[in-house]
Amino acid sequence: MKILVIEDEKELLEAITASLEKEHFLVESAGDFNTAFEKISLYEYDCILLDIMLPGGSGLDILEELKNAGKTGNVIIISAKDSLDDKVKGLALGADDYLTKPFHITELNARIKAVLRRNTAGGKNTIETGNVLLDLTDRLFTVNGNVFALNRKEFDILTYFLFNKNRLITKTALAEHVWGDNTDQADNLDFIYYQIKNLRKKLQSSNAAIEIQSVYGIGYKLVER
Amino acid sequence: MRLLNQSLRYLLVPLLVIVGIWSVVFYINMLDEINDSIDDGLNNSKLLIIQRAASDSAILQKNSFNESNYAIQEITKEMALTIKDTHIDTALYMQDEEDMEPVRLLSTAFELNGKFYRLQVFSSMVEEDDLIEDLFWSVFWLYLTVLASIVLINKIALQKLWKPFYEILQQLKAFRLDGGKKTSGIKTNIKEFNELKNAANTLMQHSLETYANQKQFTENAAHELQTPLAIAAGKLELLLEKDDIAPAHATDIVQILQIIERLARLNKSLLLLAKIENSQYSATQTISINKTVHECISDLEDFAAYKNIEISVHEEENPEIEMDATLANILVSNLIKNAIFHNIQNGRIIISITKTTLTIGNTGKARALDPHKVFSRFYKEATAQSSTGLGLAVVKAICKLYRFDISYHYSDIHCFEVQFKDR
Repeated sequence: MKILVIEDEKELLEAITASLEKEHFLVESAGDFNTAFEKISLYEYDCILLDIMLPGGSGLDILEELKNAGKTGNVIIISAKDSLDDKVKGLALGADDYLTKPFHITELNARIKAVLRRNTAGGKNTIETGNVLLDLTDRLFTVNGNVFALNRKEFDILTYFLFNKNRLITKTALAEHVWGDNTDQADNLDFIYYQIKNLRKKLQSSNAAIEIQSVYGIGYKLVER
Repeated sequence: MRLLNQSLRYLLVPLLVIVGIWSVVFYINMLDEINDSIDDGLNNSKLLIIQRAASDSAILQKNSFNESNYAIQEITKEMALTIKDTHIDTALYMQDEEDMEPVRLLSTAFELNGKFYRLQVFSSMVEEDDLIEDLFWSVFWLYLTVLASIVLINKIALQKLWKPFYEILQQLKAFRLDGGKKTSGIKTNIKEFNELKNAANTLMQHSLETYANQKQFTENAAHELQTPLAIAAGKLELLLEKDDIAPAHATDIVQILQIIERLARLNKSLLLLAKIENSQYSATQTISINKTVHECISDLEDFAAYKNIEISVHEEENPEIEMDATLANILVSNLIKNAIFHNIQNGRIIISITKTTLTIGNTGKARALDPHKVFSRFYKEATAQSSTGLGLAVVKAICKLYRFDISYHYSDIHCFEVQFKDR
């Protein structure tokens, strides 16, 4: 899978690249408008991460060029502008998702994988790890072919973990992903612990060959047993 | 008060005074002129009578007025010398009117054949009370006619002359900072209105520019601050994933990461506040408060369940408010969030919705908060270190934007009440 990251902040570009390479993606990067324009004209990418504010031009113009060239699909806008106008414009021009900075690396991972799955023709929208299979379309959690019940939030948490297998997921990243903006309050972290505890119980009782490990008290990591 | 009515109010009293004074002066002048004319007539009669008395001594026997308008009495010389020609107003009984009527009386004395006589001649005068009454009604109708004409002329003048003014006013009323336009399409030859138009245009232009600058600044601030925060957080997350990191270092990194996350939240809230205060949310639509409340409760139910908080909603009415959907959601969810996070284990939240109010009450610490400080920025309970302290400030800003009243009071439960504007 080939991903093009168009981002002018060198440091952020490095961080994103390092993270994506851990996920075994082939990552190419473009630091300004012209380079980005050249690359999208010459090559095909499975997914493009696009910053809106670029030296030399607007990311929206690149989006427009992609649309004109019939290469729409799998574009995720990453922008510091939390502006509804840009979001609407970007999505109208064929972007698949819009991520506002600052974002968690794990959130970016989840978004890329979701977009790639959504837009892959034919194949079933499932994630498989060990004996666990998540059907994202029908929202089913299966272990060894047996379906086990998970509530809506537990399913979302597990999906997020499976999209970020073996990666550190901070409690904040998890909370923001599952509960949105409602999490900027005091006693979050205990709350997340409580949710994870419930999910762990269900994973154990269903004999799933995966487990959620605590990492330094700041987050969790999903590993295969 | 409308311009028309105001100008009428200013005219009403001075006009009354002017017309009043004018009628008094007119009355006095007229009366003076009439007296003058009557006196001339009386003087003439006097001379005629004296001439006739010289030829016809029978006249000298006419001691009382009776059927004629003069009387002659013989007097002593001494008395005659004291009499000068005097004109006085007096009253005499008139057969015709069967009443005392005002007359002008000339008294004089003359000498004929060595004898002295007193002569009194009178002439009928205008009846003053009748004159005053007639004059009063004439003046009264004049006053009304003048006023009516002023109203009429004013009305036409206002409609024609002041048309550009009302057009400018209309466009100023419709002016919005976002996507606003300057006054246009108003043509007038009147200097003052052109100046008003230009002044309004300058002001609007300035507002539009300031607004654009502020908007630009908000967005730039977001970009400039969020990106470094994103980089720092991203790098630290990657650092924590390294296998060779010592647990002690990891703890430090975790703390730094948490600080950065807090900074990012703070920045986000401040930007939201700035955006609300710059009125950058202007996509109004009809919002059902009940629906918004239920959506927010469903978003937050996990948090409530965690603390085992019971949320009850009393819906008396279903108010529909014109506002921005995002802001409506933030308003309601911030209040409910506040009620959840400052609640106690196994607490309660009581939400009631009436036609014009949304009240959210929650159990909590048995102590009232300072109602003056509770909505200010960065006000927080000492125990809630990781909250941004901006949640209620955001609520307040949204209420201010839409001119809702928000109040806090404590009576066993902490109560926040939003009073929607009665439309």
